[in-house]
Amino acid sequence: MSVESVPSSESEALISSAEPRDYFQLMKPRVMYLVIFTAIVGMLVAPGGINPLIGFIAILCISIGAGASGALNMWYDADIDAIMARTTKRPIPDGRITPSEAFVFGLVLSILSVMMLGVLVNWLSAFLLAFTIFFYIVIYTMWLKRSTPQNIVIGGAAGAFPPVIGWAAVTGNISIEPIVLFAIIFLWTPPHFWALALFRQQDYENASIPMMPNVVGSKSTRLQTLIYSIVLAISGVLPTILGFASLVYGVFALAMGARFCMLAYKVWRSGSVDNEHAHEKKLFGFSIIYLFALFAALGVDAIGMKVIG
Amino acid sequence: MAEGKFTNQTVEMTDKQKKAQRARNIAIALALGAVVVLLYFVTWSKLGANILQRPL
Repeated sequence: MSVESVPSSESEALISSAEPRDYFQLMKPRVMYLVIFTAIVGMLVAPGGINPLIGFIAILCISIGAGASGALNMWYDADIDAIMARTTKRPIPDGRITPSEAFVFGLVLSILSVMMLGVLVNWLSAFLLAFTIFFYIVIYTMWLKRSTPQNIVIGGAAGAFPPVIGWAAVTGNISIEPIVLFAIIFLWTPPHFWALALFRQQDYENASIPMMPNVVGSKSTRLQTLIYSIVLAISGVLPTILGFASLVYGVFALAMGARFCMLAYKVWRSGSVDNEHAHEKKLFGFSIIYLFALFAALGVDAIGMKVIG
Repeated sequence: MAEGKFTNQTVEMTDKQKKAQRARNIAIALALGAVVVLLYFVTWSKLGANILQRPL
C-alpha cells in the first residue's frame, strides 16, 4: 500500500484525542454542583411532593442543561480563556478539545436536557431550562460579557434560575417563594464577582472584559459591592418574613448577612491601600460559603417543616 | 493534539488517539445504557397500574 504524506493539521482535524474527562471539564463541574444544589433546595421548599424518580430526572436534566451551557460558554469564550491566567488550562485553549467539538457537544446536550425535562417532568420547567441556557449563552456570554460593566449583574439571572426550575418541576407553576430564591442568588452575584474582579483586575484588563473595576474604577465598585451586600442580607431573611422558612432559619440568615455586610464594609473601607487584596479575597471566599450555607439551611428547614407538618 | 498519519485510504491512529477513542466509546455506551434503563423505569413509574386498565 502506498503511503501519502498529509499535513499534520489535517489529521489533527480528523482524529480527536479528547478523553471523557475533558468533556466533563467542559461542563464546568463546580458550577454544575452549585446548580444541582440550588435546584434541589428549590424542589425541597416547594409544597407537596414529587415521585423520587421523576425528581431525580428533573435534577439530572437541570444539571445536564447547566453543563451544556458551560460547554457552549467555553466554545464562545475560547479566545479570551486563552489570555486569562485563571482559564488557560480549560480544554479548548489547552488544545484537548476543538471548538467545533465543544459546540456540538453543548448543543446536543442542551436539546436533549430540555426535551427530556419536558417529556418526563413538565413543560414549564423545560421552558425555564431552555430560557436559562439561551440567557446564559446569547444574552450574557455573546452580548453583555464583552460590552457592559453590568454584565454579571444582568447575567446573574442565569445562575439564579435553577431553584425556580426545581420548584416548577414539583409544582408546575411559579409563585413568590421561588422568586425570592431567585432574588437571593441574583443579588449575591455582583458582590461575589466584583470581589473576584477587584483582585483579578489585570486579568480582565488583558482580556478586554469590561468588569466594573476596570470601567468605573475600584472605589465605585467597592461602594456598589457594599450596597448589593446590604440588599442581599435583607433578601436572605425574606423566606422567614414571607412565612416559608422558620424563625431559626431567619436568625441564621440574619447572622450570615451581617457577616457578609461586615466583610463588604471592610472592602469598601480598605480602598486601594491593600495591595494584597486580603479583604477582597476574604469576601470572595465567604460569599461562596454564604450561598451554600443559606441554601443548605433552607433545605434542612423545608425538610423539618414537612416532617413536623 | 494528534499525530495520526494517513495511509492510502485510512488514518493510522497513535496509541494515545486509540486509547482516547476507546474511552469515549465506553463513556457513550454507558450513557446510552443509563438512558435506556432510566426510560424503562420512568415508563413504569408514569403508567403504574394504568398499564392494566386498557380496552381489550
